This record gives sequence, structure tokens and C-alpha cells, in this order.
Amino acid sequence: MTVGVAVRGLPERPPSVRRGRFYLWLRRRSTIAVMMCFPLLAIITCLVAYPFAYSIYLSMLNKAETAFVGFGNFLFLFKRETFWLVVQQSILFALVAVIFKALIGLIAAHAVNTIPSKGQRKWRGMMMVPWVIPPALSTLGWWWLFEPTYSAFNWLLAEFAVPAVPWLSDVFWARFSVILVNVWVGAPFFLIMYLASLKSIPEDLYEAASIDGASAWQKLFHVTLPMMRNIIAITVLFSIIVTFANFDIVRVLTQGGPRNSTHLFATYAFRVGIESGDIPLGAAVSLFMFPALAILSFVILRNVRQRTVNI
Amino acid sequence: MAKRERSRRHFLMAAGAAGVATFAMPYIKTARSAGKLLLGTWDHWVPGANEVLRKVCEDWGSANGVEVTVDFITSVGNKLLLTAQAESRAKTGHDIYVQPLWFPSMFRHRLEPVDDVVGDIIAEYGALHPSAKFLAYLDDVWRAAPAPAGSLNYASVSRLDLYEAHAGVDLKTIFPASEARDPALVDSWTYDAFLAAAEKLHAAGKSFGAPIAPTPDGNQWLAALFAAFGAEVVSESVEITVDSDETRTVLEYLSRLTQYMPNSVYAWDDASNNRWLISGEGSTIFNPPSAWAVANRDNPDVAKHVWHHDTPRGSKGRFRADSPFFWGIWDFSENISAAKDLLRYVARRDVVDTLVSASKGFDIPLIISHYQSNDLWAKSEPPHGVLYNYPIRGDEQPVAAGYPAPPEYAAQIMAQGIIPNLVARVTQGGDSFDDAISWAENELEGIMRG
Repeated sequence: MTVGVAVRGLPERPPSVRRGRFYLWLRRRSTIAVMMCFPLLAIITCLVAYPFAYSIYLSMLNKAETAFVGFGNFLFLFKRETFWLVVQQSILFALVAVIFKALIGLIAAHAVNTIPSKGQRKWRGMMMVPWVIPPALSTLGWWWLFEPTYSAFNWLLAEFAVPAVPWLSDVFWARFSVILVNVWVGAPFFLIMYLASLKSIPEDLYEAASIDGASAWQKLFHVTLPMMRNIIAITVLFSIIVTFANFDIVRVLTQGGPRNSTHLFATYAFRVGIESGDIPLGAAVSLFMFPALAILSFVILRNVRQRTVNI
Repeated sequence: MAKRERSRRHFLMAAGAAGVATFAMPYIKTARSAGKLLLGTWDHWVPGANEVLRKVCEDWGSANGVEVTVDFITSVGNKLLLTAQAESRAKTGHDIYVQPLWFPSMFRHRLEPVDDVVGDIIAEYGALHPSAKFLAYLDDVWRAAPAPAGSLNYASVSRLDLYEAHAGVDLKTIFPASEARDPALVDSWTYDAFLAAAEKLHAAGKSFGAPIAPTPDGNQWLAALFAAFGAEVVSESVEITVDSDETRTVLEYLSRLTQYMPNSVYAWDDASNNRWLISGEGSTIFNPPSAWAVANRDNPDVAKHVWHHDTPRGSKGRFRADSPFFWGIWDFSENISAAKDLLRYVARRDVVDTLVSASKGFDIPLIISHYQSNDLWAKSEPPHGVLYNYPIRGDEQPVAAGYPAPPEYAAQIMAQGIIPNLVARVTQGGDSFDDAISWAENELEGIMRG
């Protein structure tokens, strides 16, 4: 853009009000773009980058936060039996929950997609409810259903002469309960993402497949899923990260019990760092999965980018 | 010329003195020099107790020209601890902050010494509860002073009618609402006697219930039981001592006792035992009077049979878990002098009596003479004298989870639920004593790290 050329949508300024180079620099699209990004960059710097860097710094201090110990806290964690239990539970929790969320989301998205568009909106709205309610609040409702002594579910089971289930006091059932609630909260996210993806698949592809005599399963595996691959990859990646970082469900339902069997990285970091006052060790716990998740993100996003380029 | 020099010198001296005075004045504060005071304290369970405490503090503020603001912070979700952690790290927030149990140790480096305040209180009213010194006198300095509200202990809370009907035990005769105790009867109330009663009550469908989970209640009743058998996880000299015959004895005892408890205790929180008693299903819990108070409102038929009394005796004595509350002054407070004056004021007998009354007897003053002179617990009802034995009257010794380890380690032993998890590994998980103790040793090594 040069002096005297009208900025899109604005009348050309008369020479008497032409500004200097600084004014022109300010009006360049690239300058405006950077300036408009600045608030976001500031927020990310303050609320993400700084806390992240600070937590790395904290994780390398001794318990009294008076001396630098390098990776000492991480090495120390390797020798803790409970920590390995937390690692095992976090992986189990994240993998099982994400698989079920993806499956339920996919099935629900197909089901909603078959509903005529006139009545589809209310179904979409209803199915989004678990995702919209703050998890700490909805989990409290689940806690009443699972209550150790006066569980509403057990009351119903008793009506059918089924023995009470120790939802929160037995290791297996406690793990089942926290995963169930996580799936209930998170499945609508997959639903809405998959539904958007389904709607973007051209009808021509299905018509062509029908002409070729493809069955419904063949359409699913050879048309739908390949067309949804990028969305599935990104959704699964996002969900794995969020599920690994889950805090509220376990905190409200089990507080990590029984016998530390439902602790995740976040709840265990809270217990060690905040409740026990060992902030550096808590920071080390919370950062433990960062390298693995960073590598996973890199691999998945690179594949997505490559597929996008190929398309 | 000489006259002009003197003038200038005088002027400079006067200006300097004025400057020093100006800068120094804000730091020479007393309560009467006004200012603001922000108090963060525990949001009391008992309805109406907060309002009385607020009025006490605000009235003192009005009389002394200090603008006092009281924030009541719930302990639900550990918000009390979260707020304390945030304020101590940010070095901003309240001037006075409530310091329950292990807080004075956790935040000792951020708490203003209050030796002068506690010294004045002891000189005026006599000795403090024995736990107070262990918890708040750290590195030869008092880090916090007795709070006027919140301190509690974990008495046995039992159903008189159920014990009489199913176990043949008359708890009211053993622990009457008066000083007329029969030492032989009191001595007969042992953990073996309790186990025998628990078995009979369980057979009658009225089990004993207490959490075996890393909650405050779960930690505390087990701590008293461990102490009664002489079992400790870390010694006073900071050695890991969980691998002992005493620990095996107490685990053996709990293996039998848990047969007569509900299976759900491994997931109980601090309200579950209250509900257990209030519902009418439970025969005994270990708790402050909140369960009785709520039963009085929601299930009076249960409340009229409830009795608070001493814990059973073990081979090493009789112990009751307690949870003293203190008020500490953050060292970043800008009105330390006024804060100290308020701490002195709320230790007065009339103030404490008012607050104990507002809490309906839930709060146990940390100043011994204050609860000895108060007859509120003796007059409580129904049944008459139900709370008489809620303050320790007999041979019980106060204890807290983690004791006798120094507070900085004991706080972590409690926070990480080492004792309840150790017990649950044996009684629920089926671990051998050796495996469970080995696990505890590994965890304790983590707690003891430098």
C-alpha cells in the first residue's frame, strides 16, 4: 500500500491530511494483524507461558525451595511406589475414557445426523448438557448417586434384589466410577466435533459408493472414517491431553482413594504439593507427562498436516 | 552570615526530624492508632456462630478505632489451606489468618512471632492445652495464639440405648455427667471391651462406623488408636519407626474390628460418620458434637440417646485426637500491633464464653481455665449432660495424626493419609503386615526428604 492509494473501504485522503511513514506502518495489514494478536499473546504469556516456566523452575528446587536440585525431584519420584500407581492409573484412565468417549461420540453423531434437520437442534442441545455443566457441579450429583453408604443406584438395585455395589470403596468400582463420569462429561465434545465433520462430507461420495454397491459398513470404513481422520486425530489428541490433566472428577468423587488407586497426576500433585506443602515435588508430578504428551502432539499434528497437504 | 547559617542548620534539623517522624509514624502503631485489620477465619459448622464472632471482632474494632473485616472461609474442599498457601506465597491477603492443627508448622516462616501475646494470655488466664505448645511453639517461638473458636476433639459419640440393649454396657454409668467417676469402671473401658461391644452391636445391625480414608476424621481416630497401642510411624527423633511389634498389634486389632464395620468406610468422608449416627444405623462414631447437634434437629429420637464420652484405653494409655485452632499474624501484615491486640482481646474469658455458647459447645477453648469454669457442657441436653465429657475430663491424652513426629513431618503424614492407607492395605487390600509396613516405610522416606 502506498500513499495516495485508498485503503479498502475508505475514501482516499486528500494530500493535506496525508500522514508520515509511521502512520502508514500502523495501517499495514501485517502490523494490524500483529497488534490484534497482541492481547492474546499477552494472555498466553501471563497465564500459560509464565506459569509453565515457573513450574519448571519450582520442580528443580529442593523441598524448602532454597537450593537448586536439577532433575532430583523427578529421579526421586521414580523410587516412589505410589507415584508409579498414579502413572498406571492415569494411563488407564486416559486411554479407557478416550476410547469410550470417541466410540460413544461417533455413534451418537451418526444417530443425530440421521435425525431430520428440523428436529435436530433440540437433540444436539440436550446431548451437549453434560459437557456444558461445570464438571465439579455435575460430579457432585454423581457422588450422591454413588454415595458410599446411601447410594441412589444401590437403592434402585435393591428394588430388584441385586446386591449393593461398592461404587467408591472398592478399587475396581472406584476406577470404573471415575472413568464413567469422565466419559459422561466428555462424550458430547466428540459428538459435536464428529457431527460437524459428518456434515462436511460431500453427499456425492456416498452416492458414488451406493452406485458401486457399497454396504453401510463399507461406506463407514471407506468413506466416512477416512474423511474424518483429521478431526478424529485432533479430537483424540485434545481429549487425551485434557483427560490426563483431569482433576475435578477424581477430587470430588474419590479424592484419590481407596488406597490411592484413583489418583491422577493432577490430584496427586495437589496432595503432595498443596496439601503436604512439598510444592517442588508437586510441580515435578504435574510436569511428568509433559514430554510424552508433547511428543504425541507433535506426531499427531505432523500427520494431520501431511494429510492436509496431500489432500 | 553566622545567623543565616544557624537558621539553615535549624531548618535542616527540623525538616529532617519532621521527615523521620513522617516516615516512622506509620510503623509506630497501636490498636488505638486506627487502621484496618482483615481477619480470615474458619466458616463454622454451627449456624449462628459466625455472626457472633463477627460482632465480637467488629465491636472491638469500633472501641479501638480499627476497621475490622472478617472473612469466613470454608474448610470444605480444603479452601482454608488453599487460601493460606496462596496468601503466604503472594505475601498479601489477610492480617490475621486461622491456623488449624498443623498450619502453624506449615506456614511458620510466614508467621509473625507472638511470644508477647501468648505470654500475656498465660500470665492472665493460666496454662494452655498441652497440644498447643507442641503445635504452635516452633523453633522456640510462639507462631500463633489460641483462636477463640474452632478447636475440637474426637470424643466417642455413642448410642446409650443400643449399648445397653445389645452389648450390656451402661456408658452413662462409666462416664457420668459429673466428677463422680468410678475409676475401676473407667479402667474397664478398653479397646478389647470396645471390640466385644462392636461385635455384638454389629450382630444387631448397629455397627460402629469411622472412615478408613485419608480425611481428617479418618486420620484422627486411627491416630488415637495407634497411640493407645504405642504404635508410631515416625519417632520424635525423626526416625521411621513404623516397622514395630506395636504396629503389628494395632493392625491385628483393626483386622478384627473392621469385620464389624460397614464395608463402605474406605470411601467415607468427614460427613459420612455423622450421617451414619444420625440415620440411626450407627452405634458409635468418633466426632465433635456436630453429629449430635444435627440429630437434634433432624432426628431427635436418635439425639436423645446420644452420649459423648472417653475413648477406650489401650496397652499404652487412653488417647483422644484433637484439632486445636490458632490465629496467626502473617509477617506481611501492615497492622501487626493492632492484630496482636485483637489476639489478646479474644482470649478474654467473657469473649471465649460467648463464642463457646454460640457454637453450642462445639468449640473447646485452648485455655484450660476457660473450659474448666464453663458449665455449658454440663448443662447440655438432651439427654442431660450429653456433652459433659466432650472436654477431656479423665485420663485421656490429646494426640494428632503423625504425633510424635515433629510437626513439619506430622503434617505430611496426615495430609498423605499414611495411617489410614496403611490400615486399608491390610484390612481391605489383603496385604500382609510386612508388605503394608514396607509400603508405609517407602512413603515415609518421601516425606522425610530434605
